[in-house]
Amino acid sequence: MSRDMNKAENGEAAASAMAALDSLTKAGKDSDIEMKMTARDTNVYYGSAHALKHVDLDIPARQVMSLIGPSGCGKSTFLRCLNRMNDVIDGCRVDGDMRLDGEDIYDPKLDVVQLRARVGMVFQKPNPFPKSVFDNIAYGPRIHGIARNSSMLEEVVTTSLQRAGLWDEVKDRLHEPGTGLSGGQQQRLCIARAIAVSPEVILMDEPCSALDPIATAKIEELMDELRKNFTIVIVTHSMQQAARVSQRTAFFHLGSLVETAETDEIFTNPKDERTQGYITGRYG
Amino acid sequence: MTDTSLDRGAESLVKPDLSAARIRKRHRAEFRFKAYGLFAIAVAVAFLTLFLGTIIVRGIPGFFQTYVLLDVDIAPEVADPSGAGTPDSVRRGNYSVLLRDALLQDFPDASGRTERRDLANILSPIARFNLQDEVVADPSLVGQQVQEWFLMSDDADRFFKGITTADMPADQRRLTDQQVAWLQALEAEGKVETRFDWNFFTVGNSAEPEAAGMGAAIVGSLLTMMVMLILCVPVGVLAAIYLEEFAPKNKITDIIEININNLAAVPSIVFGLLGLAVFLSFFGLPRSAPLVGGIVLALMTLPTIIITTRAALKAVPPSIREGAVALGASKLQSVTHHVLPLALPGILTGTIIGLAQALGETAPLLLIGMFAFVQEAPNGILDTATVIPVQIYSWADQAERAYEAKTSAAIMVLLFFLISMNAVAVLLRRRFERRW
Repeated sequence: MSRDMNKAENGEAAASAMAALDSLTKAGKDSDIEMKMTARDTNVYYGSAHALKHVDLDIPARQVMSLIGPSGCGKSTFLRCLNRMNDVIDGCRVDGDMRLDGEDIYDPKLDVVQLRARVGMVFQKPNPFPKSVFDNIAYGPRIHGIARNSSMLEEVVTTSLQRAGLWDEVKDRLHEPGTGLSGGQQQRLCIARAIAVSPEVILMDEPCSALDPIATAKIEELMDELRKNFTIVIVTHSMQQAARVSQRTAFFHLGSLVETAETDEIFTNPKDERTQGYITGRYG
Repeated sequence: MTDTSLDRGAESLVKPDLSAARIRKRHRAEFRFKAYGLFAIAVAVAFLTLFLGTIIVRGIPGFFQTYVLLDVDIAPEVADPSGAGTPDSVRRGNYSVLLRDALLQDFPDASGRTERRDLANILSPIARFNLQDEVVADPSLVGQQVQEWFLMSDDADRFFKGITTADMPADQRRLTDQQVAWLQALEAEGKVETRFDWNFFTVGNSAEPEAAGMGAAIVGSLLTMMVMLILCVPVGVLAAIYLEEFAPKNKITDIIEININNLAAVPSIVFGLLGLAVFLSFFGLPRSAPLVGGIVLALMTLPTIIITTRAALKAVPPSIREGAVALGASKLQSVTHHVLPLALPGILTGTIIGLAQALGETAPLLLIGMFAFVQEAPNGILDTATVIPVQIYSWADQAERAYEAKTSAAIMVLLFFLISMNAVAVLLRRRFERRW
């Protein structure tokens, strides 16, 4: 269970194993839904600060799951655990059991590069490379050897842009810099860039917070389209957005997972008082 | 309790003072501040103008030399005493006599040893070597009469440049009244010409200021800079990339960072002492060689290059690195594919500025023996060489007044190199600068 298990922690580990068993019913209660990723007793420390506390959460396949909660509640931290982006932060330590299709993603034998090819990420601020639109999309396929020749590469770029709904807008300017697009187009370019590697899961960290409502609507539409093929996890500050795009929602508060359920259920019938308080706008 | 204090606060709330006097005071303060700034800039510009103006006014004559047209009768008995007619035999000819005789043709009234010597002295001592070289190259000239331009001495040169004049008292100029009369006569006959001196950029140092050039120093500087670049750019850039992108942040890297910053502040002469002690005394490398100069300057410039490269890497936004890593790029791939190309203009700018700093450096090179009298341009990095700033320093030290112009001219050449390098750096920055 716990990654840094030793004798002294045995008791604690046993307790957490019990908790994990208990939470199996809580975290993934619809047993007929296939779970893409699972997290058990996940803890994250930044130096001495305990940022994420004993989180158990299952992420269903081919659905959109949104993570909501007030600022600093650990939802982005949890998201970044899913593709080990926290590894690059100095002084950050992760323990717990996190699996992708049953495979331990914190296994020392696992190559983190392979993991990130399977679990893509889109950031809060659009961050296209200062290269052409084509090269932005082609970068991932190139480093992973997905396209063997240039016609295959063009094929990958075209389909990725089409799936990201950007093709019609950029097909005549594939060789202009990606940084010259509008904010919303840049964010869809980043999504297309992530799709081009054919990931299984796409993590989105507040992907619309820097965009205007029209661009946001386009991204939300896109997410709905993408969930046919991909598992999507999105961190959002907008509860309306969570309600619009996601099938399941998890509410985080002060580093702990408070509640997770079908999105409808969370918004209409929250079990926890804190969830209720947050979604009705009493704090946040 | 709290209520009353709150009430009092509301009552005593002071309205902002919007009176005209207060606003005038503020405007005056702003005007004063602007005036101080303008004054400071004016002082700086005045000093710069004075500095550049002095150098240019003094230096421009240094780029010109005066020549005199002479009909030289290459008498066989003087030019080729043995009569063999081979390059070796004509090399033994007495060419100063030929030149003096040519001058005596123009001024037959010069009599007596002193007067004839004075007459010969209006020509540069180098002139006879020029004639000799020519005859050696073509021995068939012996017995013929040639009409040619010959280099005049520094004193005659200064006379035609108007630095010494006929009106000056004879004891304040290095020309006798008789010499002045001769020079005026030559000028009246149209036999004197002051021309742009291309030799200044090609020939080496000379004991005669009229024949001295900075060609050897330019070649020496180029070789030294080449050695320096080859050594310090790869080392500096790689060190910076490792420290900035890969090294863990801990005590050891902190200490390394502090020491790099300290090293950048070490006076350059200390690096010269290091070069003397380590490279010359311990490793026994040759003195005065561009190799050692380059190594010493590379050590001196390394901190500058590391610091500017790290700054350039830091300026690349972390979102680019995250974007690459999130796509499954390894750390090295994210650096080589994305960060380095974006940081390259900054790295180049830093390198050029470091190079310019090293090009103007004198003190450490004096210590490793590059303060040498170098007549011939060095052929390799192990040859004896000097560099432009050291050449300037050695000319500034000379007694002959004519070196004054040469010194300023050499400073102009050095400044030209430095300004063009900095201009390239600015252009690169402008051209490749990216905004996010």
